[in-house]
Amino acid sequence: MSKQTLIPVGPYHPLQEEPELFKLYCEGEIVKDVKWETGYNHRGIEKLAEKKSYDEVFFLVERICGICSTSHPFAFANSVEEIAAVEITDRAKYIRSIIGELERLHSHLLWVGLAGHFLGYNTVFMWAWKYREPVLDLFEMITGNRNSYAMFKVGGVRRDIENLKIPAIEKVLALVKKKTDLLVGAVMDDPVIHARTKGVGILSRQDILEFAAVGPTARASGVDIDVRRDDPYAAYPLVNWKVITAEAGDVFAKAQVRLLEMYESISIIEQCLEGLRKEKEGAIEVKVKHIPEGYGTGHAEAPRGEVFHFVVSDGSNSPARHKIRAPSYTNIATFKKSCVGQSISDATISLAAVDPCYCCTERLAVALDQQSGRRIMNAKEIISHSASLTNKLLQLE
Amino acid sequence: MVLQELQTSFTKEILDATARSERRVTLRIDPAALLPLSEHLFKELGFRFIIASALHTKRGFEIYYHFSYDKTGLVLNLHVILDQDKPEIDSLSNMFEATNWIEREMHELFGIDFINHPNLEQLLSEGNWATGEYPYRKKFKSNGEGQA
Repeated sequence: MSKQTLIPVGPYHPLQEEPELFKLYCEGEIVKDVKWETGYNHRGIEKLAEKKSYDEVFFLVERICGICSTSHPFAFANSVEEIAAVEITDRAKYIRSIIGELERLHSHLLWVGLAGHFLGYNTVFMWAWKYREPVLDLFEMITGNRNSYAMFKVGGVRRDIENLKIPAIEKVLALVKKKTDLLVGAVMDDPVIHARTKGVGILSRQDILEFAAVGPTARASGVDIDVRRDDPYAAYPLVNWKVITAEAGDVFAKAQVRLLEMYESISIIEQCLEGLRKEKEGAIEVKVKHIPEGYGTGHAEAPRGEVFHFVVSDGSNSPARHKIRAPSYTNIATFKKSCVGQSISDATISLAAVDPCYCCTERLAVALDQQSGRRIMNAKEIISHSASLTNKLLQLE
Repeated sequence: MVLQELQTSFTKEILDATARSERRVTLRIDPAALLPLSEHLFKELGFRFIIASALHTKRGFEIYYHFSYDKTGLVLNLHVILDQDKPEIDSLSNMFEATNWIEREMHELFGIDFINHPNLEQLLSEGNWATGEYPYRKKFKSNGEGQA
């Protein structure tokens, strides 16, 4: 066997926005194996949820991820409302879908920008992030926050979108639509992007099923799944839209799916705004006094794929168990297929192609069991522990 | 439809079936039947594995394996109850990759053993955690009532 070289990517690496360690085992330029280490980002959210009231859990799960901060409250609301058998009002449904789709818009714009950046095409990066700003401004106008919108609650939403604001929202949407045309042109017709992304990081249909990958990652490999259509919730059954798929399964196909989905998101928001306009005004929540004993399985389609929440209620004011599965949890594992056999330079964009979100993946608790009496590390010990891990890594295994 | 088909092919293995709605069904099954039942769901019927959720209750360690049938939006939960003192069950990871991480996670947090798992090493705590301590286990009073 020829000599393998270990190339570490992470835990803190300019390629990634968040901490995660990938070890690429290479022979020459070619990646022969990939292993990863997680666990740099634990915050104990599932365990914390058991100590908070249902109302407070919304603020907690909203902080699982900074980019798709509404997808977790969405799935949590769906599961709790399933336990309590609550049907929310149409106005609340429209508002929920508007927030969800605006989030998809800004998340996909963020990804397109980052993908351009990874390929060394910084013009795309600057364009995409420039036009993501107006979407964030819209969030500020509607919810008061550019991120972590605090809009959802059991039984509805916290703030109304007044009909007065609708024209201003539509104006921004028209701008984003125009700029999406620009980005689609820049990405889909560019020979350099074609050369860097076509045939790179291919995931077959079978790989997707094996790894249970979801979202644009699955749809780019011809697996036609989307929770919004398959198990409809909020206002998605009330509006017309279509699920975007592609067959090639490579990085280009994933970019194509995300870009074209942006048009669908804009169309969904426009139809929801029309729905609000027709309603004029109405209740945005139904009062839920008690969450009975039972369990609920709620899911929602986040920008990266299906977010799944399983909530067990014992009839008290807090969940007895709250299990969260973010889309990156299944998507990241596909690296094993997409990176092996590629050159190192292609591995980076293959890693980025699933739009990995480590915050979401690693929200689990590793709280110390107090009864074991094990000491928590102090700052000095953490630094020396970190140095020893780095040294261990540098010594080739 | 799918439910009826399952109930006729796995009469003995399915101990209890609850349908909350058309799209939410839970089957409590014999833990020994997990492997054949999951194989049938995944390979024959085209179900997608979503995730598995473990919880520790007075009845023992419970695992809900969540599957989705995307054609109709059905979420099917396979519910198993494992022994309080020696929780173990067959691993599904040799059948499909999707359960690999979650089984390692449940092993690490709850101390549930997954028989024939290809690599049951810790997923989250990079191997420097207290051994034999499971942060998600609960301690119940000896009379079986409530948490200690």
